[in-house]
Amino acid sequence: MDSYKQILKNGLWDNNQAFVALLGLCPLLAVSNTVINGLGLGIATTLTLILSNAVVSLVRHQVGSEIRLPVFVLIIASIVTAIELIMNAFFYELYLILGIFIPLIVTNCSIIGRAEAFASKNPMLASCIDGLAMGLGFTCALVILGAAREVLGSGTLFANAHLMFGEAARDMTIYVINDYEGFLLAILPPGAFIGLGLLIALKNVIDKRLAKPSQQAVTVTLEPKKA
Amino acid sequence: MVDNKAFMIKSGWMLGLFSLIGIGLVSLTHSFTHQQIAENERLFVLKNLHELVPNALHDNDLLADTLHVSDAKAFGKQQDVTLYRATKNGQLVALIAAPTAPDGYNGSIKLLVAIKENGELIGVRAVAHHETPGLGDAIDTNKSGWVYAFNGRSLSDPDVKHWRVKRDGGDFDQFTGATITPRAVVKMVLKTLQYYQANQDKLAKTHG
Repeated sequence: MDSYKQILKNGLWDNNQAFVALLGLCPLLAVSNTVINGLGLGIATTLTLILSNAVVSLVRHQVGSEIRLPVFVLIIASIVTAIELIMNAFFYELYLILGIFIPLIVTNCSIIGRAEAFASKNPMLASCIDGLAMGLGFTCALVILGAAREVLGSGTLFANAHLMFGEAARDMTIYVINDYEGFLLAILPPGAFIGLGLLIALKNVIDKRLAKPSQQAVTVTLEPKKA
Repeated sequence: MVDNKAFMIKSGWMLGLFSLIGIGLVSLTHSFTHQQIAENERLFVLKNLHELVPNALHDNDLLADTLHVSDAKAFGKQQDVTLYRATKNGQLVALIAAPTAPDGYNGSIKLLVAIKENGELIGVRAVAHHETPGLGDAIDTNKSGWVYAFNGRSLSDPDVKHWRVKRDGGDFDQFTGATITPRAVVKMVLKTLQYYQANQDKLAKTHG
């Protein structure tokens, strides 16, 4: 069993669901056009991951391997539906923006991926931490990509923050570039693909730099866990 | 064989059990959120309506005084259009129609068209659309003031021939690089105005 620190590092960096495993790209690319959208979907996904990992881990001895996939799908779908209803009730305007991407969390393969690859084999606490780590890693990816696209595309940061943090946050919007004309490509889907590509490249460069000092040692390639 | 059968039955029960748990969870959440959700939706519609017809102009509950018309001839494609009547002392002061322009660049555009009792436009809002960010989304009041061009217009201002975008020889601006979106909006606003003119008497009648 991995130590908790290892699990966290795994989720945030080594096996980041967005940058390394390349899972859940549909919501990642579609919703990351502003920081707040990214953050909203990231939190909802993290919550789903923690809850689904916890429940899957809890029932892992009762559910036979033949029916585990339908059972996992049932668990995940119920949790996502409940989260959707709660967001609809308490974060209505954000819900209007994220719209169809909340129910689409069900189809985010990283969730069933973690249920299958981790939670079905590990105790509950470790599974919760894995869900948290994977969710945070995914949220970071959404927020970083969202920030890059928002600054480039519309010259702002934290626009619409009031949808999430209430009226007081309306002034949180930072106008990075005043009177910015906007760069359409960054907001449109191609901008998402290009941005994600650049971020993955950046991560690989950092990984290489980090690996250099210990080049004497055997080069270990981290095989991303396929879900 | 017997083992296999027993196993299948057990698996079936297991799946059934988890379905029940799932249903339970969703029903429970639904039961304590559905009121809030209905209220949110109501307030959201009301907020949009009040942007066009402020509270001071009418004294009725806009959401209670609605009509649903399905007039394929007036609105083009078969669609259910909700009409909100704003009345003061029982007299119709304005009508807000919620038609959908089916021919936007990226699918349909949901509009609110507010018409004064005399047939003059109070204003138009696009409440839901999927137009291209930076091009077609200029119909959104957050993005540009384009829809305000409708304020105060009517069927005689401009005359019907000029109720089009400039590209088509009309009076309304299109956006640089996006003609389809404004064309769809102008067309639907015109249809709504014509519907109002044709049914004015019927719509003015108090009922309920």
